[in-house]
Amino acid sequence: MKEELEKRVVKGPDGVEFEVDPLRDYYCQSAPTVMPPAYIKIVEELFNWARAESIWILGFGTGCGAIEMRPLMTPRFDAYRYGIQWRPTPRQANLFVISGYLSVKTLKRAIRSYEQMQNPKYVVGLGSCTINGGMYWDSYNTIKRLDDYLPVDLYITGCMPRPEALLAGFQELKRLIRAGQAEGANRYAEQFEWYKANQKRVIHDWDMPDYNW
Amino acid sequence: MDFDWIRIPYALLTLFIVFNYGLLLNALIAKIAARVGRRHGIPIWQNYIDLIKNYGLRSSITHGAMYYLGPVFRLSGGVGLLLFVPTIHGSLMFANLSFAGDLILALYFVFFGTLGMALGAGESGHPHAAIGISRGLSQVTAAELPFALAVFSVALQYQTLSVSEIVAAQQGGMLNWTLFTNPFAVAAAMLSFLGSMMRPPFDVVIAPQEIPIGPPTEYHSSYLALMQTNRAIFPIAKVVVYMNLFFGGATSWPLFCVKVFLIYMVSVLVGVVFPRFRVEQSVRWFLVWALPLGVVAILLV
Repeated sequence: MKEELEKRVVKGPDGVEFEVDPLRDYYCQSAPTVMPPAYIKIVEELFNWARAESIWILGFGTGCGAIEMRPLMTPRFDAYRYGIQWRPTPRQANLFVISGYLSVKTLKRAIRSYEQMQNPKYVVGLGSCTINGGMYWDSYNTIKRLDDYLPVDLYITGCMPRPEALLAGFQELKRLIRAGQAEGANRYAEQFEWYKANQKRVIHDWDMPDYNW
Repeated sequence: MDFDWIRIPYALLTLFIVFNYGLLLNALIAKIAARVGRRHGIPIWQNYIDLIKNYGLRSSITHGAMYYLGPVFRLSGGVGLLLFVPTIHGSLMFANLSFAGDLILALYFVFFGTLGMALGAGESGHPHAAIGISRGLSQVTAAELPFALAVFSVALQYQTLSVSEIVAAQQGGMLNWTLFTNPFAVAAAMLSFLGSMMRPPFDVVIAPQEIPIGPPTEYHSSYLALMQTNRAIFPIAKVVVYMNLFFGGATSWPLFCVKVFLIYMVSVLVGVVFPRFRVEQSVRWFLVWALPLGVVAILLV
């Protein structure tokens, strides 16, 4: 465990000594819970429509596929006209695009970012690497099946998929959201133990709390 | 003291109109900026959808009481500014809750939201929020100085602290506007206006690339939605103050829309042309260029 995460006694500016346990004090200890949809069907449908038409992507590129997301902001592809925007902070983002191979080191950051996002949230796996490891199938430090670690709503295949493929994929994601089938956040909460066990199996230097928002 | 209770629903109607106008105007300006970059841009109703979505998110996390109150303060700053300033001159219906000393109150409300946001974002505990807040407060304070001088100059010129009377004094032709009767005050105020609209060159506060959007880094779900609501109301309310003080006010809603759009576009046009200032550069810029104009305006009156 890193030195700054260990329990220690700190002396404050006024001379009072107090104990700091970063993992307990700085993070929430409670696991995610299943959040049911709104009770009235028509309200939930309205929300689902709004969620589909306003997708905010977390600006976090994990692999080489991140390069294929940038053209979407440019005049040639212009994803903004479909209500797709990029947000710099996980708190405000709804969609996490895992863009290509995911090394174990990055997986840790990806998990932390994903858990900080608010329910409902969606994960799109981009490229073959997220499905079966792709060209990194025998690598010692990348994960092979993204679905074992985070609840994936949609895969976009290819190596690399073109920006057009991404746009088509986002349209498909919209259809799923409108149909109320994109409940990845609740799936993650239901199967929390299973996901955590999988994550801990590959991340050997696990120096964070089990659930960190 | 007798109070005309019908003024409250009328003021709420103003709020409703301005809220919708603000949402559409923000989208329109995003669209114009997109067209400058030869993009198609967001749909004009995108802001409504974003709002519904953010209010409709299922989970939200709090960091404490001030964290709750930050967006509330921000929104009340915008709404308060709008409610206490007459929107349409000569219309009893849209005079809102204006009274004799409303100019001072307006000055206060302009600053109110920033302070509330500082407290709320401070409690979120995110280092980027703290950086954004310190940048924002120093920049807004520097930008507020020339504006305050300009407002005092205008108040001296018309010998009143009532926005309604200032508007009334400017009626009867364009040459009666403060723009022509007191050009130095208007120049100082317009330079300060650039600083408070969160557009380049003065948008280092929210700097999306380096300190992920600064103060609202930790805000999400309904908190963020409240701030988006304010984002629609506050700039319009501020432009209304400027329109009333310097550009002769508006006598009807169409005129209101045109004038607000044109004044708003000043900051947008400057924004698309000039790159971003660092904080100390912008503070120096306000003190060197805008403040002397404000002092001259006071001296000339």
